[in-house]
Amino acid sequence: MPEIEHHRAEQILIPAAAAGPVLVLDEPLSFWGGLDAETGLIVDHRHPQCGRSVAGRILVMRAGRGSSSASSVLVEAIRLGTAPAAILLFEIDEIIVIGAVVANELYETTIPVMIVDPPTFARLSNAAWVEVSGNGDLALSFERRG
Amino acid sequence: MTLVLDDSDRAALAGELGPAYRLATRVIVQVAEAIGAHRLLDITGAHIDSCLYHGRSGLDFAERLVDAGAAVRVPTTLNVASLDLRHPDLYRGDPETARLARRLTERYEEMGCLPTWTCAPYQLEQRPGFGEHVAWAESNAIVFANSVLGARTDRYGDFIDICAAITGRAPAAGLHLDDNRRGEAVFRLHGVSDRLRDADVLFPVLGHLIGGRTGNRIPVIDGLADGLSEDRLKAIGAAAASSGSVAMFHAVGSTPEAPTLDAALGGRDATETILVTPAELRGARDQLTTATDTDRVGAICVGTPHYSVGEFARLVDLIGSQRVASGVQFLVSTGRYVLTEVALRGWADRLGDAGVRIITDTCTYISPLLADVDGAVMTDSAKWAYYAPGNIGVDVVFADLGECVATAVSGRLTRDESMWADA
Repeated sequence: MPEIEHHRAEQILIPAAAAGPVLVLDEPLSFWGGLDAETGLIVDHRHPQCGRSVAGRILVMRAGRGSSSASSVLVEAIRLGTAPAAILLFEIDEIIVIGAVVANELYETTIPVMIVDPPTFARLSNAAWVEVSGNGDLALSFERRG
Repeated sequence: MTLVLDDSDRAALAGELGPAYRLATRVIVQVAEAIGAHRLLDITGAHIDSCLYHGRSGLDFAERLVDAGAAVRVPTTLNVASLDLRHPDLYRGDPETARLARRLTERYEEMGCLPTWTCAPYQLEQRPGFGEHVAWAESNAIVFANSVLGARTDRYGDFIDICAAITGRAPAAGLHLDDNRRGEAVFRLHGVSDRLRDADVLFPVLGHLIGGRTGNRIPVIDGLADGLSEDRLKAIGAAAASSGSVAMFHAVGSTPEAPTLDAALGGRDATETILVTPAELRGARDQLTTATDTDRVGAICVGTPHYSVGEFARLVDLIGSQRVASGVQFLVSTGRYVLTEVALRGWADRLGDAGVRIITDTCTYISPLLADVDGAVMTDSAKWAYYAPGNIGVDVVFADLGECVATAVSGRLTRDESMWADA
């Protein structure tokens, strides 16, 4: 049985449920110029995880970064099914919130966006799989599934 | 504390002001709740980034609004489009994408936005004054409005920009509020030569360095000359908003909320003071170049953000009677209003004769405008250098404008390292 650890989001920016493998970014990523919405791949050459896919991942990053167009890229990725399953942040990022709100208004689908505290952030780095609940419960598994 | 709406916001949510107003208000209210705003406030203008085509969803949103009868309530300018609207034949990408991108621009004009098509709305005659609340999108415009104009805008993204323009309302949060505009981290120039301190190239490099190091803190730059030009402040902000999320900075002695270091910090202590040394500046400058082992430069791209009249003057001066070498493309991006003035001064013809092509309404790193490039692309813009490799798949050499012109004219990479050797 995988070891499960329960944490709580510090703040729920967009309440929704999701589950998936974890991708912790070493540096903030600007979705515009940094993420290809067609493929879900990180394309910012300066990003340490360039070439990795965010699609279906529980994306964990300290903060968002850069351009206003990031909202558009996120909505487009949600529409195309290449978006992260959820985004967990250290700091509130309005641009990411806008993307999640508008995807919901346009297509009645969205992704959870939540703020986590430092201890949770640290544990996420070791987690393989996370289940995010709309009420902010985060269930971290430390063995890879499937 | 929760979000308290006033009567007009509630009426909008109830649909009493029509479906477009309702949708726009719904988006603003949800975002305001998520970011912890306690109320909405009135804005006097907006600058829209959503008019740049990123895919079907942007068009779906604009059409939803137009079909619902949306019209902007405050003067609203438009950011760059995905193509040169007056020279669409220059577009080298997929024709279907070009068609959808054009349709998107038409939708925003139908909502009553002004067809400015520039990322530098602060170069227009009408621009917000000190203390005015606006809703601007486009990271370089946001940082300029807050830092240089002393206007107040939060870091708005696509979609909420047009929602704010339609409703004239925005969340009272972030940089709209006094408390959030104080400088926190001080970047102090240390041991930098007078020559570099007075060179245009310092400012994009410094901005790039600061964006990468300041995190979510508002940076205060200390140790620069007083009364820096808007072009130099523009270069700092655009670079810092690319390498980081900087939406406001203070330059002591130059920006309106920073007459002194103490004023910039709002009377508090800095959370950190970072000494900016020549070695670090050299490192930041080198980071902006991705091309290695090449002496072949196939194109020069300048004007990101859009070139101002003053920047054109410098380019005209540097080129003089020289011509761009064959096999090298030299593109300058600017807004159509600046181009009008540049043309009236006779510079557009002179630059055209010299082999320089002026692009309006868009930018060379978001639109497939470059023909096949033989070699790297040189730019004087840290923002262009930052984004172009990912966006359009080119290798970049970051340089100052003098190096750009010398390279364009000679047809081979020409660099002047002396400035950096004794920096």
